[in-house]
Amino acid sequence: MSTVITERHTTPDPESDGHRTVGDYTLAEPRITCRHVNVFYGDKQALFDINLDIGQREVIALIGPSGCGKSTFLRCLNRMNDIIEGCRVEGDIRLDDQDIYAKEMDPVLLRARVGMVFQKPNPFPKSIYDNVAYGPRIHGLAGNRTELDEIVETSLKRAGLWKEVKDRLDHPATGLSGGQQQRLCIARTIAVNPEVVLMDEPCSALDPIATATIEQLIDELRSRYTIVIVTHSMQQAARVSQRTAYFHMGRLIEVGKTTEIFTNPRHPLTEDYITGRFG
Amino acid sequence: MQPQTLFWILLALAVYGYYLGRKRALTVSGGNIRRLHSLPDYYGYYVALWCALPALAILSLWLLLDDKIILQWVLAELPPTYRNLPPDRLSLTVNVIENLLAGERQASTVDPALAEAAEHYRQLKHLGYQALTVLVLAGATAALTWAQRRITPGLRARNRVEAVIRIALIASSVLAILTTIGIVLSVLFEALRFFEMVSPLEFFFGLHWSPQIAIRADQVGASGSFGFIPLLTGTLLITAIAMAVAAPLGLLSAIYLSEFAKRRTRAIVKPLLEVLAGVPTVVYGFFAALVVAPWLRDLGARLGLSISSESALAAGLVMGIMIIPFVSSLTDDALTAVPRSLREGAYGLGATQAETITGVLLPAALPGIVSGLLLAVSRAIGETMIVVMAAGMAAKLTLNPLESVTTITVQIVALLVGDQEFDSPKTLAAFALGLTLFVITLLLNLVALHVIRKYREQYE
Ligand SMILES: Nc1ncnc2c1ncn2[C@@H]1O[C@H](COP(=O)(O)OP(=O)(O)O)[C@@H](O)[C@H]1O
Ligand SMILES: [Mg+2]
Repeated sequence: MSTVITERHTTPDPESDGHRTVGDYTLAEPRITCRHVNVFYGDKQALFDINLDIGQREVIALIGPSGCGKSTFLRCLNRMNDIIEGCRVEGDIRLDDQDIYAKEMDPVLLRARVGMVFQKPNPFPKSIYDNVAYGPRIHGLAGNRTELDEIVETSLKRAGLWKEVKDRLDHPATGLSGGQQQRLCIARTIAVNPEVVLMDEPCSALDPIATATIEQLIDELRSRYTIVIVTHSMQQAARVSQRTAYFHMGRLIEVGKTTEIFTNPRHPLTEDYITGRFG
Repeated sequence: MQPQTLFWILLALAVYGYYLGRKRALTVSGGNIRRLHSLPDYYGYYVALWCALPALAILSLWLLLDDKIILQWVLAELPPTYRNLPPDRLSLTVNVIENLLAGERQASTVDPALAEAAEHYRQLKHLGYQALTVLVLAGATAALTWAQRRITPGLRARNRVEAVIRIALIASSVLAILTTIGIVLSVLFEALRFFEMVSPLEFFFGLHWSPQIAIRADQVGASGSFGFIPLLTGTLLITAIAMAVAAPLGLLSAIYLSEFAKRRTRAIVKPLLEVLAGVPTVVYGFFAALVVAPWLRDLGARLGLSISSESALAAGLVMGIMIIPFVSSLTDDALTAVPRSLREGAYGLGATQAETITGVLLPAALPGIVSGLLLAVSRAIGETMIVVMAAGMAAKLTLNPLESVTTITVQIVALLVGDQEFDSPKTLAAFALGLTLFVITLLLNLVALHVIRKYREQYE
């Protein structure tokens, strides 16, 4: 009896861990492949040997208790961890079979291909128009003002915000409601025409109605972009994603079709989380 | 009893009142403090305030007025020969009495009537103190007892105490405002007196500044000229040079500190930079005069330029170094205060570090940057010591940084140094200059406020 308890309370050594992700993490035609990804903040390891493929035009949800490393993993995919002092990423992450941590890879260009939407809406303190135009401007995507206008309009339309703001494009973005701000941030992200969009709990600061709008938007965006979404709401994961990955204490525990994970979790930890025993 | 002793006794009484009030509140609550309107402490403060404030008011009023009242009393009892003296002679008599009281003169050397008056004064003063002591202590004790009696569970002690605190706060800010108004008004009135003697037209548009006033009427150059333009150009020239040094250096070092430096580097470099503002200006002054100015002159000689050994350039350069921290520190604070989420937003869109800084961070930090620049400009305009030592006192109308110039503040000092008559235009000119300086800095502040309001990109 006592030996069992001691075993449960020892922190597992990552090297001799022997942990295996439950479910098939590979895909036939992946857009992103991650192999043996370890992430450290200083001496502290936050992710342990993550293996995961992310497909074309799918929405994959990352779920798990807070502090389990979902955001950390997300930020590996566009090298946002580079700007955190003391953060180190090991392993192999490929986007369309290009090593994104290779020397030749410019993180600036990578981030134009892998866009990111954050937990708290973070519009720049500029006009609505300038927010959306910011990305296209720095990447030189528009040759002239008409083209830029067009990009702004299509992006806002895709983000489902055009009707609400078309008469006040020159107003400050900070005057919008929280939900509108978050859709503006999505418009800003897709204005640079990325291949992948990373979303880190995009609805956690929003009310239910704004959340529903964004969830619908995510579903529509799936036809053009690969979307990786972190969420703490299991209903949301069930509603918007095709595949789900469950993280626990820096490890990827289980991955599979969303319907299967939610109806028939195979790992006890996943089951505990999904049935609401902790999280 | 000394007034200090009285003060300490009052304080002790107030502390005692606090405990009494607290205790009384606990008693009337019947041990259940939830029946009290306010927390027990407030009843303590309530009694303490009642005990101390009226007594203190009487004490300070007395100390302010007693000398004057007693003096009038004593003078009224002097023999008529003294009483009927004209005011200026009378004040001499008062002087004698005061000297006697201070022990600077012996009673035997003066008119016995005056010696007697001094003795009377001393007695009255002593009597007064005794009366005051009794009055204050009795008053304080009575107020203490009275306030303590009034305590019931329903007494709104917290509201009373808060009202007193609010009045104290208001009084402090009113005092600050009144002082400012007083200074401005006194400068204004003296300046108006100046403009009665020298026409504002000459002052504001005159191109020649030499405020020497004739000692004898027949002297050459009998009247000074008060054209303020050379001082203005001198001030602006030196300020411009200083800002040309401080603005870029300050901004760039702030950007380095907040965006590029490692945390440990920043922890060392930032305080070091701020030390620059703490060095006494006179040190900068002799650094400018003894090191920079000769160096510039030699450099100029080698390049075939003639740089005078007191030049606007030397003063401006050194002043620029001095005000770097005003720019760098405030800019750094403003940049650091820009939320992390905005940075991440920009990087997440594929912005380079340079694009993030110029496109997002600097605009978001603009209000802080402008106030930093403005503070630096005000410091530069108001700086006197460096200019006196390195740029000279000659009021030349020139925009050539290689020549010696002078500034408004330096001339204010020059006008007021030495023996002055208080109604000569030379002295009063200082007030006119002060007023102008005040208006200039005020305008600068208004312009900056407007800039901030118009161009600010506000985050939350
Ligand atoms: N900047 C950081 N510095 C140090 N540790 C961090 C940092 N960011 C996250 N961590 C740690 O890494 C672990 C995973 O964090 P995170 O990825 O934010 O979790 P999640 O998004 O799943 O809530 C946590 O234990 C957290 O404390
Ligand atoms: Mg997170």
